[in-house]
Amino acid sequence: METLLNDFSVGLFFMQAVILLIIILLMRKFAWKPILDALQSREDGIQEALDAADSAKLEMQNLTASNEKLLQEARMERDSMLKEAREMKDQMITSAKDEAQVVANAMIEKAKDAIETEKVSAIAELKTQVASLSIEIAEKVVREELSNKDKQMKLVESMLGEATLN
Amino acid sequence: MVAKKSIKLLVVFVLALTSFTAFAQDDTVENNLIDSPEEIRAYIAHHLKDSHDFHLYTNNKTGVHYGFSLPVIVWTNDGLKTFMSSAFQHDDNGTVIVEKDETKLVKYHSKIYELENNATSLNLDEAAHPTNAKRVIDFSITKSVFGMIFTGLIMLLAFGGLARGYKKGKTIPKGFSRVLEPLVIYVRDEIARPNIGEKKYRKFMGFLLTVFFFIWILNMLGLTPFGFNVTGQIAVTACLAIFTMVIYLVSGTKDFWAHTLWMPGVPYILRPILAVIELVGFILIKPFSLLLRLFANITAGHFIVMSLIALMVTLKASFGPVVSTGMSLVLALFIMFIEILVAFLQAFIFTMLSSLFIGMAVEEHDEH
Repeated sequence: METLLNDFSVGLFFMQAVILLIIILLMRKFAWKPILDALQSREDGIQEALDAADSAKLEMQNLTASNEKLLQEARMERDSMLKEAREMKDQMITSAKDEAQVVANAMIEKAKDAIETEKVSAIAELKTQVASLSIEIAEKVVREELSNKDKQMKLVESMLGEATLN
Repeated sequence: MVAKKSIKLLVVFVLALTSFTAFAQDDTVENNLIDSPEEIRAYIAHHLKDSHDFHLYTNNKTGVHYGFSLPVIVWTNDGLKTFMSSAFQHDDNGTVIVEKDETKLVKYHSKIYELENNATSLNLDEAAHPTNAKRVIDFSITKSVFGMIFTGLIMLLAFGGLARGYKKGKTIPKGFSRVLEPLVIYVRDEIARPNIGEKKYRKFMGFLLTVFFFIWILNMLGLTPFGFNVTGQIAVTACLAIFTMVIYLVSGTKDFWAHTLWMPGVPYILRPILAVIELVGFILIKPFSLLLRLFANITAGHFIVMSLIALMVTLKASFGPVVSTGMSLVLALFIMFIEILVAFLQAFIFTMLSSLFIGMAVEEHDEH
């Protein structure tokens, strides 16, 4: 300890203090400040670039996501359009069918009516023919009867057999 | 271009400050050889001290010392005296007396003494302390001061270059600056930021970076054959530690002082005792640990390296010159590698602890 104190030089201490102070001040002004500022600004720049890249990536993701969404929407729209078209087609077919049915029904009805009228007229004609035939027969019968009673009876019977209404 | 010019300026500065001389010594040739263990011990002790001239090499045949003298600036009873250290003619035993207007100055064991008025030579007591002389306040440009100025210039050149590179708009440094930049970032991100905190570290970066590189370069300079031992001077490490202390005491927050002087959450009786302990810790123990750790590590390193080199001489008698030289070489090389690590480590530890202490002082506590 005594040698230590003996070796302690006040002058050297003073010189060291002065030199160190000068070095610190000079270095601060000419070296450390510009160096640290440059490093700081460079690191800030790097950080900014990284952030920008990150945000660009995020934007990209958003973009693809929105693209996907658009695509999805388009697909859905197409589907719904197709579905609508199908429905419309079905509807058109059914309505056409219905209409055709109605028309056909009307035609059938008309045909039925025509047949009925034909039938009625035919029956009426038949009735008149039958009536006129019966009158002829009756005339002939009446004439025969007047000559031969048996013959007349036979005639009537044979006539009747012929004139069976089918 | 700029760097070249600066180096030229540096050389001119060095030459202006000192004059390169080879000066002969009166001592007989045999006395310059260092053989015995006592002489080696004395040589090592001498080297560990600061010196007033820059000694590179002594030719033992002719007794000529190569190196250059440095300015001596001393404050005596009679005021400021300045002369070149060559006036002492390389004497370190107090025999050469330099007279400057009535003031007689001698150099004894790397320290300059002022002789009393009527004394004609330096007298020593049994403990080898001068009896008829007193130490002067020595503001000389000693080898340590020279080393510090040199380091400061190196730092200004190197980091000024790095800073200029940024100013030119280049964001990526080129050449040697590319090595320096990670070091600056290392100090900022591994030492200052974690210990002081994100918000406040910026204010202390000037001190921490300067101290880190200052200590590191001086430690490395100490490993060169020029034999600087700047960070092994207790005055230097004391100054560094006191700078740290002043910084953390000045920048201490209200919280820090509240916790130091009147610790909350502790019984009232204990608070004054704790305050004394904390104050002693912050004002004495922490700076003392800082200054002693650096001083002791560097001094010990120099001591070991020189002792191992001296093995070459001391073991020559028992093992022969080849074996002793080989052993000395291998061991010294090994310790040298460790010392290179220690040079960085001590700079790191000093800066780390400084920022830790500053961090303690500027910390904002949450309410307990």
